[in-house]
Amino acid sequence: MVLLFMAPWIIGFLAFIMYPMFASLYYSFTKYNLLQPPQWAGLFNYRYMFAHDSNFWLSVRNTIWIVVFGTPIQILFAIVTAVTLTRVRRGAGAYRTIFFMPTMVPTVAAALGFLFLLDPAGPIDTILRLLHLPQPLWFSSAQWAKPSLVGLGLWGVGDTMIIFLAALLDVPKQLYEAADIEGAGAWRKFRSITLPMISPVIFFSVVMGVIGGFQYFTEAYVVSGGGQSLGEPQGSLLFYSTWLYQQGFQYTNMGYASALAWLLFVVVMICTAILIRTSNRWVFYQGGFR
Amino acid sequence: MRRTLIGFTAIALVAAACSSGGGNTGPVETVNPSGSHAPVTLTVWEYWTERELSNLNDVVKLFNQQYPWINVDIVPGKQFNDYVRGINSGQTIDVAIDAGPDNVAKYCSTGAFEDLTPFISASGLDMAKTFPPAASKYTSYNGVQCTLPLLTDAYGLYYNKDMFAAAHIDGPPKTLSEFEADIKKLTKFNSDGTIDVAGWMPLSSFYENYNFYNGLPWGATWYTSDGKSAFGSDPKWAEMLQWEKGLIDYFHGYDNLQKFYADVGGPNSEWSSAQAFETGRVAMAIDGEWRESFIQNDKAKINYGTAPWPVADDQSQLYGSGQVGGTIVGIPRTAEHPNEAWAFVQFLTTNTKAVDTFAELLRNVPTTYESLKNPVLVNDPLFATFLDIFQNPNSSFPPLTTSGTLASDALGTFVSKWQAGQVSDLQQGLQELASQIDQQSQLGA
Repeated sequence: MVLLFMAPWIIGFLAFIMYPMFASLYYSFTKYNLLQPPQWAGLFNYRYMFAHDSNFWLSVRNTIWIVVFGTPIQILFAIVTAVTLTRVRRGAGAYRTIFFMPTMVPTVAAALGFLFLLDPAGPIDTILRLLHLPQPLWFSSAQWAKPSLVGLGLWGVGDTMIIFLAALLDVPKQLYEAADIEGAGAWRKFRSITLPMISPVIFFSVVMGVIGGFQYFTEAYVVSGGGQSLGEPQGSLLFYSTWLYQQGFQYTNMGYASALAWLLFVVVMICTAILIRTSNRWVFYQGGFR
Repeated sequence: MRRTLIGFTAIALVAAACSSGGGNTGPVETVNPSGSHAPVTLTVWEYWTERELSNLNDVVKLFNQQYPWINVDIVPGKQFNDYVRGINSGQTIDVAIDAGPDNVAKYCSTGAFEDLTPFISASGLDMAKTFPPAASKYTSYNGVQCTLPLLTDAYGLYYNKDMFAAAHIDGPPKTLSEFEADIKKLTKFNSDGTIDVAGWMPLSSFYENYNFYNGLPWGATWYTSDGKSAFGSDPKWAEMLQWEKGLIDYFHGYDNLQKFYADVGGPNSEWSSAQAFETGRVAMAIDGEWRESFIQNDKAKINYGTAPWPVADDQSQLYGSGQVGGTIVGIPRTAEHPNEAWAFVQFLTTNTKAVDTFAELLRNVPTTYESLKNPVLVNDPLFATFLDIFQNPNSSFPPLTTSGTLASDALGTFVSKWQAGQVSDLQQGLQELASQIDQQSQLGA
């Protein structure tokens, strides 16, 4: 009877999760162009990836850049915004709504909006021109393309911010009162009370941010225009997932794309495991429960 | 756990083995328009939408006058990936219309599209007398003619006649030396060294310039006789890039050109009335035949002419040629009514009234010799330039390979890195590029 009730989920899990996973594992050992049956190629795709694919390494470098710079900046920005919002006395609800609203905008729409804002003929460069300040080419410049994407990420940081806000409001007031009695300053209170108390949320954000960073795709796809200009300018927006997409769906090298996908899966698993294993050194759980 | 894994793997293998559909094996028969026929519905997947879709429907109406029992069900907005998915899953697609020749080699070599040779023979279509050589070439692969051409783009030079007169230049440049000299005569710098008017923008990322840097004006070859990438072995590629670098230096460097590009509105300005040639910020531009209708629609007040693009000084025989390439039409192996599909494909691509109508509506270059004589197009001297470019025997599309756009994508990225000063050793960079393309082409089945 239990199995009967679970059947819809089990069937869905097997058909839409397990089958594609194992099919892609099999394809990763083949040459498969989608239009003809796959041909067994052993470890060819994996060897090629490490030994011959210069774009693989370029995409790895770009992806690590986003993980290393994008994720911490977004978390830091979310914390600062949340801390600021806890200090707001009047209209706090309105401010929270305003900061959260960008999260409700679909990623593609947000990216298109930023393409307009950061267009060389768009409003931001127009203002910079009026102020006689340099006007970067933003998404058309290899130097500015990734930082511009980080800016886009900051705009949509509302979901992380709202979790931090909830965590901040959950910190017991008596801890701060005790610190006040001890003569602690604002920074000391933040470092010794706030940060440890919200560390589980920071941990969660880091894990999700790292996973999201490794899978970074939609924004890069939209701003580089897709198709043949995917990854441009000068390969600066060629992320791991965009290279995987290009191999799988533009060049129909689905065997190689599957190998890339499995490597990504393994790397994300390892990074997540390392984060979890090291979390006991810096994550504080109230009551000691983990 | 081990048994479970083996079970899943077995399911995956069986499913993978079953995932490719078969082809049509029925006999080829030409459809007689005058006989009596049971009604047939053709499923036609194509990429156009909105205005162009409406224009296609106008041509379908012409088809239905001749074949009233064939109902054409148009499915718009389809692209390469849709065709792959549709064919792979066995979906009925009687006719597929794709935006360009990039994936023709894949369609032909994998049997995804039917070889049209039996249909062509059965209906007595003389390919050589119907289509210019460039069109026959970019619609077939390794002797398999699995698609036919339906209108094309052709690229040439647009030049501002008033600016030419002011700079005392008699006519459009024919060689790269003349081109370079004209660029320098037409360019105006501001007092701070920034560019006010560019004779021509040398960056490959500027509008349609990448077509110019596909090497045709230099006579550069893409592949050696044994099928390897020739980027590292054909010295014309290095010559092309050195020529570009010389112009970039003349314009005070890559950053100054990027600044100018931003100043004229960036990449998005190409499809608006802010387009730099239309506003007079560049005196010459490499562009397709469609720019003429854009200039008319934008009501741009420029006095301009069109000409073939200039060619390397030692390649004068190439003058008059240009890059061409356009829509391709084929019959996927999942077609349910291949004979009726062929009737539609043949009508769409070779019926003079159909091709004339479509070319006039879309303002693209028609792909049959008959329609290239269309007086409406021939008598427009600005447009006629592109009709001539298309018919030039040296005009071509970059070589087709089963890797699709792999080589042109890699070349595009390399050129953009080179012009930005990110390649220190050009020859070594070109050799690495060639090696990268050769290696990657092994990934395909």
